[in-house]
Amino acid sequence: MPGGEAELAGQPPALRRQAGLSPGRLYLRSIAAIIWKDMRAELRSREMLASMLVFALLVILIFNFALQLNVRERTTITAGVLWVTFAFAGTLGLNRSLAVEYDRGCLDGLLLTPVDRSAIYFGKAIGNLIFMLVVEAVVLPVYSLLYNQNLFHPGLFAAILLGSIGYSAVGTLLSSMAVQTRTRDVLLPILLFPLAIPILLAAVKASSGLLQGLDMAEIWPAINLMIAYDVIFTSLAFMFFENIVEE
Amino acid sequence: MPPKPVFLKVIDISSFTLLLIASAMVFLYAPMEAVMGNVQRVFYFHVACGWAGFIGFTAAFVCAIGYLRTGDLKWDIAGLAAVEIGLVFAFINIVSGSIWARPIWNTWWTWDPRLVTATIMELIYLAYLMLRQGIGNPARRARFGAVYAILGFISVPLTFFSIRIWSTIHPVVIGSGDPEAKGAFDMTPRMLTTFLFSLFTFSVLFVDLYWNRIRLGIFGERIESLKMKAMEEA
Repeated sequence: MPGGEAELAGQPPALRRQAGLSPGRLYLRSIAAIIWKDMRAELRSREMLASMLVFALLVILIFNFALQLNVRERTTITAGVLWVTFAFAGTLGLNRSLAVEYDRGCLDGLLLTPVDRSAIYFGKAIGNLIFMLVVEAVVLPVYSLLYNQNLFHPGLFAAILLGSIGYSAVGTLLSSMAVQTRTRDVLLPILLFPLAIPILLAAVKASSGLLQGLDMAEIWPAINLMIAYDVIFTSLAFMFFENIVEE
Repeated sequence: MPPKPVFLKVIDISSFTLLLIASAMVFLYAPMEAVMGNVQRVFYFHVACGWAGFIGFTAAFVCAIGYLRTGDLKWDIAGLAAVEIGLVFAFINIVSGSIWARPIWNTWWTWDPRLVTATIMELIYLAYLMLRQGIGNPARRARFGAVYAILGFISVPLTFFSIRIWSTIHPVVIGSGDPEAKGAFDMTPRMLTTFLFSLFTFSVLFVDLYWNRIRLGIFGERIESLKMKAMEEA
């Protein structure tokens, strides 16, 4: 549904005039407002990013001892280690981001606002994506520093971005399911990982190919798979988010 | 409790008989494969179970769409039944494949695309059951289950076509597979008859189990509502 038009149609005309915006602009604005709300809350509490970051660094530390990351192994394993770290830290953030909404009844408030449900979904999903990207932006330099490996590669950034988009798109949908169950935090990884395996596989493949300087012809299939996954799962989540939050 | 429909009884008995005949065909009628020997006989039920698993998950997908469109809890009962039966068949499929792989591939398990996608499919539907277990409210359970069944269904065609898309060592018996595949063979007419008969048998078996499981689900729901009524009266 384009731009929450139906939602707005039921509103008094004064509200529309006051907004003075086309439905499309209004839709984007409501998404931005939700993202801004999440960022502000995070800037004040700093609980989510802090725990994600510390957790990510701990995962890397554990990998260091578990896999004996010596120089020779590192070149082939780095991409895998990075993506497992991102995925684990990502689940932490996804759980938290939706749990906050449900615990304090904020979601009911969000649902009462005269915006399309999908705007709420996109707001939350983009917010989660931003948190994941922040974690990645910290983990990458720390990893290159600790292991003396240059990870500054524009292609790698693109692969990480594509992977994170798909992961947070499907993760946001599933965590809004998981937080409404009895088992909550335990359930999210169980629901998310099997569905996220395709994108994680493709992301690891593309990243490791880029880091090893393989020919682009070998990397494109993985990148195409990520793009396809992003498109498919974002549209599925867009379609079904309403079924998850409505009561 | 309404008595069992006569037609269901007929299917009960015929699926049992068919299973006996199919087993007899697999062991007595089908010839021994020249290269692989007797272990190749796993193939007939292995593929048939995979087939029944695919039917189950597809039925669950259809039921999920049906539920989201109508909001009728009967679709949900049918969806859960389909997933449960599909899971069992898919599991038998994996285990029987593993038994065959031990002598042919010289390993119980290998991380081949077909095996990986089949495992992911199994895990997705296990997660479906765990998701349902964590939700008390029946309408919400049905809604979430339906959404997850639709998302997870992507794994089903992916598993089915995995041996036709990627290079894999899993043989493709119908149609042409990767020349790298280990354990491929050409079917003789007798093998083909046995194979098609197994497929037919497991389709009937699936219908039989499915019908019985749906009946069970309806009874379960009725007991649930009677309990509620009794508690209200007390």
